[in-house]
Amino acid sequence: MAIELLDTTVTTVSSGSGVSSAASIAHVKAAGWGKGLSIITRITVMALRHPWQTSFAIGATFIASGFQLMIPQLLGRAIDQAQGIVAGDSSNTDAQDALLVTAILLLAASILRGLFTMVQNYFSEAVGHHIGYELRLACYEKIQRLSFSFHDSVHSGDLITIGLLDLEGVRMYFSTALVRMVLLSVLIGIGAYLLLSTDLLLGLLALSFVPFVGWRSSVAQLRLRATWLDLQERLQVLTRVMEENLGGIRVVRAFAAQDHELTKFDAASRNALELAHQRVGIRVANTSAMNLSFFISMGLVLWVGGSKVIAGEITVGTLASFLTFMTILQMPVRQLGLMVNAFARASTCGARLFGLLDMDIAVKDAPKAPELTITEGRLRFENVGFAYPSAPENPTLNGISFEANRGETIGIVGPPGSGKSTIAHLIPRFYDVDTGRITIDGQNIKDVSLKSLRRSVVVVQQDSFLFTTTIENNIAYGDPWANENRIAKASESAQLHNYVLGLPSSYGTVVGERGVSLSGGQRQRLSIARALMLKPAVMVFDDSTAAIDAATEQRIRSAMRRYASDRVTIVVAHRLSSLMHADKILFVEEGRIVEQGTHDQLLALNGRYRALYDLQIRPDDDILTG
Amino acid sequence: MAEELETERSDIRDDGRRPPRAVVGSHRIEEEIFGKVFDKNIIKRIWAFVEPYQHKVWLAVAAVLAFTAMQLIIPLIIRYAIDHGMQQGARDNVLLYALAAFLIAILINFVASYAQETLVGNVAEDVLFDIRRAMFTHLQRVSLSFMDKTEVGRLMSRLQGDVNSMQEFLETSVLSVGDITLLIGIVAVMLYLDFGLGLLTLSALPVLFVVRLFWLPKARLSFMAAHETNSIASGALAEAIHGVRAVQGMDRQSVNFMLFDDKAKANLRTHLHAARLAQVMVPIVDTLTGIAMALVIVVGGARVLNQALDVGVMVAFLFYIQRFFDPIRSLTLQYSVMQRAMASGQRLTDVLDVPVDIKDKPDATVLSPDMDGSVEFRDVVFGYNPKHPVLKNVSFRVNPGETVALVGPTGSGKSSCMSLIHRFYDVQQGSVLVGGHDVRDLTQESLGRQIAMVLQEPFLFTGSVLENIRYHKTDATREQVIEAAQAVGAHEFIMRMPEGYDSLLGQRGGNLSLGQRQLISFARALVADAKILVLDEATANIDSYTEMLIQKALVKLLEGRTGLVIAHRLATIREADRIIVLQNGELIESGNHTELMRNEKLYSKLYNLNYASFDDIPDEMIEGGEAPALT
Repeated sequence: MAIELLDTTVTTVSSGSGVSSAASIAHVKAAGWGKGLSIITRITVMALRHPWQTSFAIGATFIASGFQLMIPQLLGRAIDQAQGIVAGDSSNTDAQDALLVTAILLLAASILRGLFTMVQNYFSEAVGHHIGYELRLACYEKIQRLSFSFHDSVHSGDLITIGLLDLEGVRMYFSTALVRMVLLSVLIGIGAYLLLSTDLLLGLLALSFVPFVGWRSSVAQLRLRATWLDLQERLQVLTRVMEENLGGIRVVRAFAAQDHELTKFDAASRNALELAHQRVGIRVANTSAMNLSFFISMGLVLWVGGSKVIAGEITVGTLASFLTFMTILQMPVRQLGLMVNAFARASTCGARLFGLLDMDIAVKDAPKAPELTITEGRLRFENVGFAYPSAPENPTLNGISFEANRGETIGIVGPPGSGKSTIAHLIPRFYDVDTGRITIDGQNIKDVSLKSLRRSVVVVQQDSFLFTTTIENNIAYGDPWANENRIAKASESAQLHNYVLGLPSSYGTVVGERGVSLSGGQRQRLSIARALMLKPAVMVFDDSTAAIDAATEQRIRSAMRRYASDRVTIVVAHRLSSLMHADKILFVEEGRIVEQGTHDQLLALNGRYRALYDLQIRPDDDILTG
Repeated sequence: MAEELETERSDIRDDGRRPPRAVVGSHRIEEEIFGKVFDKNIIKRIWAFVEPYQHKVWLAVAAVLAFTAMQLIIPLIIRYAIDHGMQQGARDNVLLYALAAFLIAILINFVASYAQETLVGNVAEDVLFDIRRAMFTHLQRVSLSFMDKTEVGRLMSRLQGDVNSMQEFLETSVLSVGDITLLIGIVAVMLYLDFGLGLLTLSALPVLFVVRLFWLPKARLSFMAAHETNSIASGALAEAIHGVRAVQGMDRQSVNFMLFDDKAKANLRTHLHAARLAQVMVPIVDTLTGIAMALVIVVGGARVLNQALDVGVMVAFLFYIQRFFDPIRSLTLQYSVMQRAMASGQRLTDVLDVPVDIKDKPDATVLSPDMDGSVEFRDVVFGYNPKHPVLKNVSFRVNPGETVALVGPTGSGKSSCMSLIHRFYDVQQGSVLVGGHDVRDLTQESLGRQIAMVLQEPFLFTGSVLENIRYHKTDATREQVIEAAQAVGAHEFIMRMPEGYDSLLGQRGGNLSLGQRQLISFARALVADAKILVLDEATANIDSYTEMLIQKALVKLLEGRTGLVIAHRLATIREADRIIVLQNGELIESGNHTELMRNEKLYSKLYNLNYASFDDIPDEMIEGGEAPALT
């Protein structure tokens, strides 16, 4: 159901709640060849959708490597010309003219190589950035549209990893994997042909380092990548230790647990350091071995080539062009590992990214779904049953039926875990019911468009998310084109206005994660104002006044009474004073409605509601008089 | 920031309507990235961390020099081989000598590169971890007032980002010794081989230098812009993920998508611009290389023709030319690394220099577990800012085994009392005594062992339930932990978790309700088994069922202990042996419930407002006096 999990969590942005990241981090098993291939093909097809840029990049790669290959040849020729070998017995001036021609050709080749390398690099990066842009948008849109059940099952840090790191892995594919592969094939292919056709033995010696270096480099890169992922996990642990220590510094001090914390820190730190040293070892062992093998090849070329020069079989220029060719080839061959790594990375990252993009959206519009039309404003639950996808065998709601008419307030109360919030979440179709149906004015909510439904049904959540922007923008979140009057009015109704006016920039004050921090009650008032902006036909308070004091809540309630006649109000709460006034109160237990009626009726029933009431009202007041 | 938002708003494309009041993502203003290139004080501070490894560092520098020397020598050996070993009539063994020299050179090269990279890499990692540890240790000791006013995120970026840029600096600074040597070496060798030709070819070097000087600031701006748009787009994505429920609940997907598209486009644009700037250097360097080689061919070639120059020298020149732009490139990059490192170093030393206000006296006594458990405040005057005291001449005594409730409106000084018992801060006047000792005469460690504290916001650590209850008492057995959990009534819900006591808690216990977290923190305090319990009752509304459990647990927790409870709930207050009422930092009355009710001062007034919790009482109803509102 959820995406196959992830390698790392981004430290900079991950925050919020959810299960422990350590528990959720799991490696993707190396994708099978077939699957890997199909992912690589899919990325390649994305690149081909930018035909011009792709052709420029690939074309320039061919031309640039062509000029690159001319340079050793020209250098060799110049050396021979300088020795008068090519010019033969012709005059000194002829030889000088010949040198001048070679020099000009060399200069031209260098300039053109530079220009085409620039074109190659720029366009291959550009293709990558365009792919990155498209994927970023797709990813954003998909994440916004995926249903609650999906978001419940996936750690937010994991989604961030997909949207940032995996996307990067796919984006880099074109320039570091594909174009580099073309470059290497051309350089080694044509270069080998030129060398081998000039002198078979010397050519073989000059190329002898290529397989070894290519192999070492690939092995090293793959190992470094594996250990990198491991290191990130260990650093993640270290980060968590530090973050929790600093965040919980009062607890640490309260228990005088500094030593304990340092022990934790040292263990995590040592664990990471060990691997960091190990990685240095892997890297160094390989680069040194690669260097050595390159120089050994060079030594062999010098030896055999030198003897051939003495024997008159080749010229010094030819030998020099072999040596130059080797230096030119050295870098790209050493980077072979990067290319192999880029393929591996693109295939695993792509698997996760496309896994997300291809994910089915559980709650979506039926084809050609009509808009919800509100006539009488009647909400009905008809025998509704529901189980969360994470626990399908264990239904949260069973046979829930009730009706609410415009102007009515329905209170829902019950012990924790009874399913009262779930009822609230079904009305705007955050989840789809399993059995039964929910209708608004006779229209099954599954049959109307989500957009129209969610404009008509608004849930104020207990712990609502505030966006890091101005208060004004937060209130107008659902209706960004609203005018200032309406914003102020909603804010007044939610008993927020006076507080906001006292802030340094009043409605322009930035709140949220990185702004002014609001208290729980202020946050809840803000989210009530935000909900009021939508003028919903059904308004659901999901325990969303818990942090607001009773007096303010009372004021909010009376302020909203003006509009309450236009809508159905549903109040889910554990504090009875929040819903005592409701027209009907449902007492929910283990997913069923066990008692219903008005406050007085329920009290008279002497059942569960009564018990809860007795628990909540102030105990004996006899002390007062005593 | 407001201005920024303003411009963002006007950026939004117009579809006939006026722009929406909407943004996606937020943007933290980045810290100064670049500092001075060289700051002696900072270098000195960093050096203190490198010093323990200085032998390795010197060895690394030696290895770098050896490595660089070999880079210089190899073309010379080739030159020697060509000029003396491959000419007609040359003796056979000259080539062999050259080859032997080459073999030695590459072996030295191998060993040196191995040693250099291993040493530099490991020392840089070690220093990185040392600096981080020093900072972390220091942060364990600095005053809480510093910690209170510093964002965790900011400290984390010191402990991570800044420390990493020091590591980068250490690595590259050793390598740049090699770059400088290589550059000087190449210049010297070329001039030595042939002064005139050398001078001519080297004329290309300053050109590159000048070009890079002009290019660098532009490039840096462009790279920073790319970096910034990247973090903006990432921030917007993160926001969409964290706020997805609000987004869908308010049906904001389409507006957000349009706004995000702008950010993604800006990101694309700046990256393309940065790519253009980065790539423009390629043909410039290649052209200069081409010019230098062409000069060697025309001028040097002519001299070879005239026998005025050995052909091997020409070959060596061509080899050097292909190398000599590399050190310039890495040195100019090193410049930015230096600047970044200095800025980071400044911030690191800022943290390391935060003074430690609260230290053990040299002759501090260890508070014995057998002390009586009394707490006394004697004329305590205290303020976070000494000019504005939060507590004014507060005196009271809590006898061993007694439970005292501290009551008072927000800002009355209740929490400060609690912090002073634990010596989170030092008083300005008077003294706080625990077990008859002034807390300033005790070791902080032993004081902490005798005081268990439960904070208002229960803070749990990642790890299992067991580890959280046990916390620093690592020798507590599983039985003890279970016993404590049973005592506070947490056992049942813990057993209902998938793995019981071994269930992992999410980030800060996110998978538990507030009430449940509170119960676990009670169990933790119980395991700590201290003489004195200081407790700040949770204010947030907890459902009635859990609330009941908590009240029961509280009684259990206070059994046989001296208890000081910052109480918000009437139920708790009435259970206390004594109630101390604070207002504006002054103790205004104390006694038990009945006595205080008779007193008809603040307490009875608050009580008669008939709220289940004092925190529900709006400020305006408290303000304005002592007169009881009894009717």
